[in-house]
Amino acid sequence: MSENYIKYANYKEMPAHFKPAHEIRKMIDAKEISEAELMESAVRRSKETNGLLNAFLSINGGAEGFSGVKNSFWAGIPVALKDNIVTKGIKTTAGSKILENYTPIYDATVVQKLKNAGAPIVGKTNMDEFAMGSSTENSAFGVTKNPWDITRVPGGSSGGSAVAVASGLAYMALGSDTGGSIRQPAALCGVCGMKPTYGRVSRYGLIAFASSLDQIGPFTRDALDMAYALDVICGHDPKDSTSSAAPAESFSDFVKKGMDMNGVKIGIPDEYFGDGIEQGVAERVKEAINQFEKMGAKIVSVKLPHTKYAIPVYYLIATAEASSNLSRFDGVKYGFRAAEFKNLKDMYMKTRDEGFGAEVKRRIILGTYALSSGYYDAYYKTAQKARTKIKEDFQAAFSRADLILSPVTPATAFKIGEKTADPLTMYMSDIFTISANLASIPALSIPCGLSGGMPVGLQLSGNYFQEGKMLAAAYEFQKRTDHHLCVAAV
Amino acid sequence: MKYEAVIGLEVHVQLSTNTKIFCSCSTRYSGNEPNTSVCEVCSGQPGVLPVLNAEVLKRAVKTGLALNCSIAKRTKFDRKNYFYPDLPKGYQVSQFDMPICANGYIIVNDGLAEGKKDKKIGITRIHMEEDAGKNVHGSDGKSSFVDYNRAGVPLLEIVSEPDIRTSSEAKEYLEKLKTILKYIDVSDCNMEDGSLRCDANVSVRPAGETKLGTKVEIKNMNSFRGVQKAIDYEIERQIKVCESGSKITQETRLYDEAKAVTLTMRKKEEAFDYRYFPEPDLPPYDIAPKDIDAINSALPELPDAKFARYINEMQLSVYDASLLSNNPSLAAFFDECAAGYKNYKAITNWLLGDISKKMNELGIEDIFSSRIRPENLLEMLVLIDNGTISGKIAKTVVDEIFASGEKSSKIIEKLGLVQISDDGFILKIINEVVAENPKSISDYISGKEAAVGFLVGQIMKKTRGKANPKLVNEMLITELAKLKNA
Repeated sequence: MSENYIKYANYKEMPAHFKPAHEIRKMIDAKEISEAELMESAVRRSKETNGLLNAFLSINGGAEGFSGVKNSFWAGIPVALKDNIVTKGIKTTAGSKILENYTPIYDATVVQKLKNAGAPIVGKTNMDEFAMGSSTENSAFGVTKNPWDITRVPGGSSGGSAVAVASGLAYMALGSDTGGSIRQPAALCGVCGMKPTYGRVSRYGLIAFASSLDQIGPFTRDALDMAYALDVICGHDPKDSTSSAAPAESFSDFVKKGMDMNGVKIGIPDEYFGDGIEQGVAERVKEAINQFEKMGAKIVSVKLPHTKYAIPVYYLIATAEASSNLSRFDGVKYGFRAAEFKNLKDMYMKTRDEGFGAEVKRRIILGTYALSSGYYDAYYKTAQKARTKIKEDFQAAFSRADLILSPVTPATAFKIGEKTADPLTMYMSDIFTISANLASIPALSIPCGLSGGMPVGLQLSGNYFQEGKMLAAAYEFQKRTDHHLCVAAV
Repeated sequence: MKYEAVIGLEVHVQLSTNTKIFCSCSTRYSGNEPNTSVCEVCSGQPGVLPVLNAEVLKRAVKTGLALNCSIAKRTKFDRKNYFYPDLPKGYQVSQFDMPICANGYIIVNDGLAEGKKDKKIGITRIHMEEDAGKNVHGSDGKSSFVDYNRAGVPLLEIVSEPDIRTSSEAKEYLEKLKTILKYIDVSDCNMEDGSLRCDANVSVRPAGETKLGTKVEIKNMNSFRGVQKAIDYEIERQIKVCESGSKITQETRLYDEAKAVTLTMRKKEEAFDYRYFPEPDLPPYDIAPKDIDAINSALPELPDAKFARYINEMQLSVYDASLLSNNPSLAAFFDECAAGYKNYKAITNWLLGDISKKMNELGIEDIFSSRIRPENLLEMLVLIDNGTISGKIAKTVVDEIFASGEKSSKIIEKLGLVQISDDGFILKIINEVVAENPKSISDYISGKEAAVGFLVGQIMKKTRGKANPKLVNEMLITELAKLKNA
């Protein structure tokens, strides 16, 4: 049996579709490859693999996206977008039947930014319906397969975007991360994924799941590409009142400059290394810690004592906000409407019953309950107080450490169907990622080796707006290791 | 048993900002085709986010200050969740527990002229929110349509304390509120076209009881008069229920204007659970004291202060002061005139007399939308004072100002209205009239003083009203005295 992956010695050996964007940029500039060839190849490969992987819900014809932009890193480099990021004139479903035929009338701010940078859009990627899930099994349009093992899930909810980058279908893909929906699939598919600081990237045009937790972020081959991706999508947006006015440096310049890891303090939270972590995952993460130590970093122990509340707090806040955010899908204005109904109330009930999938309905009901009169104080308000405690934990930890290192997931990709019957077990797979959303801090996942032939992710978190430091440390790690050179054999 | 009614009013006013509360769509949608004053934000497309129109916050603060409220140092928005087709997002962005303004009052003093006393009606709170669209029902009786042009128009909800006791007090409260809001220029306040809407909470209790009775909310009133009639009906209905030994049901009732009755809309147990929670898409707003001070110092003089000034400094009657101060544009017109002319009583008489009458005839509400300007009136007053025209002629001048907007002096010249004060000419006319009316002369000589009036009338007729009436009177009496003594 042939291996399910290929490990390259360096980027030079890699075929063009697996190379990082910063290598492709050089090739375009040296006229070794044309923008048209790149897009043609990306679209062809996406179409060829979609029957098997189902990474895309829609694939562009290829004619779009060539704006003739010059002097931009991303000009001509094909990218993919999670299907909850609205694209003017391109169907945007959020993985839901209720938006099956919805074509937006405007572009999300990140889409506008990518267009301005000249990046052509390969297509819209599959996802758990309304980003609710950890496996893409909740998509109304079929599960996305993990390219490392098609009997396994790619993770989620941004599974399609992770697979697009992992399979060499796009050089960068945007996802959204509400509780780990970028970092978890990145880890399970062996690519890099980042959730920036809340407010770093405009949410305008991201179909909301949980407004106070949602953040758009990129999937890439390596940390330098991640920096280039953040450069283009970040920044204050007057259309998003929660977007930050914090100045955005050039992350790519910062990362390219290199970072002296000597004395950089890396915090290891005791709470994240308890029981229930797959042995191979624990070993790979320990090896990564050793690597950082070898690079001169100082490993310190930090405490995040409220970690145990993270999952209940998350599922109260996220579902409460979701119950309200998803009210607009009522069959009145756009999207799916039940074919037959007796009256207005019946129209609402049938439309939402037939239009939403089981997990979305489960969360709407949970959230509606958490906000109900008489329960609000006990659930939503208490959850907000606990969220504050979790934020304080991180502030205390960052007073001792520059970065926090942990696993991304307790285990590698699970089998399709393995957890669908048990939502609680599914929710537990987000245990290491949701705290960053609750605390609004940035966190990224980079590959750190394999366990049982499946990729393992390493999570680095930083304090508010410390993406530069996080990315630079990740890139220093990648300069000295080869985990990111190991790709799925697609 | 004697009963007392306890009434509180919830008033929604549309703010007359240029753009909507959370997007840059125009608020001037009146007359537009349905769903043409909309964008992705106000039509609730997936992925959109609200951005607060700073002018809304400013006007809310302005309103709070004008209504004697305290202004929150920190305010936030909340989502009020319910399903209705006219509500594009399935929730309304409103304010729940941290409204922009609280603890204010309005002084109701409309009855001062009749000797009534001032009464303070408390204002519990004022909050900002977005308006919904409008459901339109098809003529086939089966289909319904939604027009989102109104969705996202900024609203202030102004909630009164249950300090109101009668329907006429309710009407006075609304009128005073409208006057103040017009003074500070935040809203058109037109109940007929929906820029001011009012719901009433009504309960009754035996006179002397301090505990509140069960309240009933009344909706769907389309005029101040409708509010008054609906409250009257509801008070009477509730008293009847109490007297029959039954209990009042807590409910929401709709006012049926055609039948002048209130009818059950929904009972308490059918009430919505709005599941309020903080709007995560809008961070809280901190309001700097210096910004409040700046708005406060830019407030115009308000009706109560104006009223007091008119009485104390300008010696107007309570009645005149009240009429003027309750009409923002008339008061502004008056103030402009009074800056250049000291006979305030004369200005008032013209404004509240002939000019108001003319505006009524023409159906003009705002004097500044007519052709008369303070300088026209001032010039006319001076022309009366210096004897160029008589008061009677001035009425013609007013008509002509309203028609053409021309200067008084130009009108007088054009229509040949200059008053005749030429002794010789007037004497000539007097002699003519005396010669033509021997009967009146003999009446006068025999002691009938009333004949003078008739003779003056004849003289004025011959001069087409242009003779100086004071001079005519004096000279006629002199001439008649000569005849009597002859």
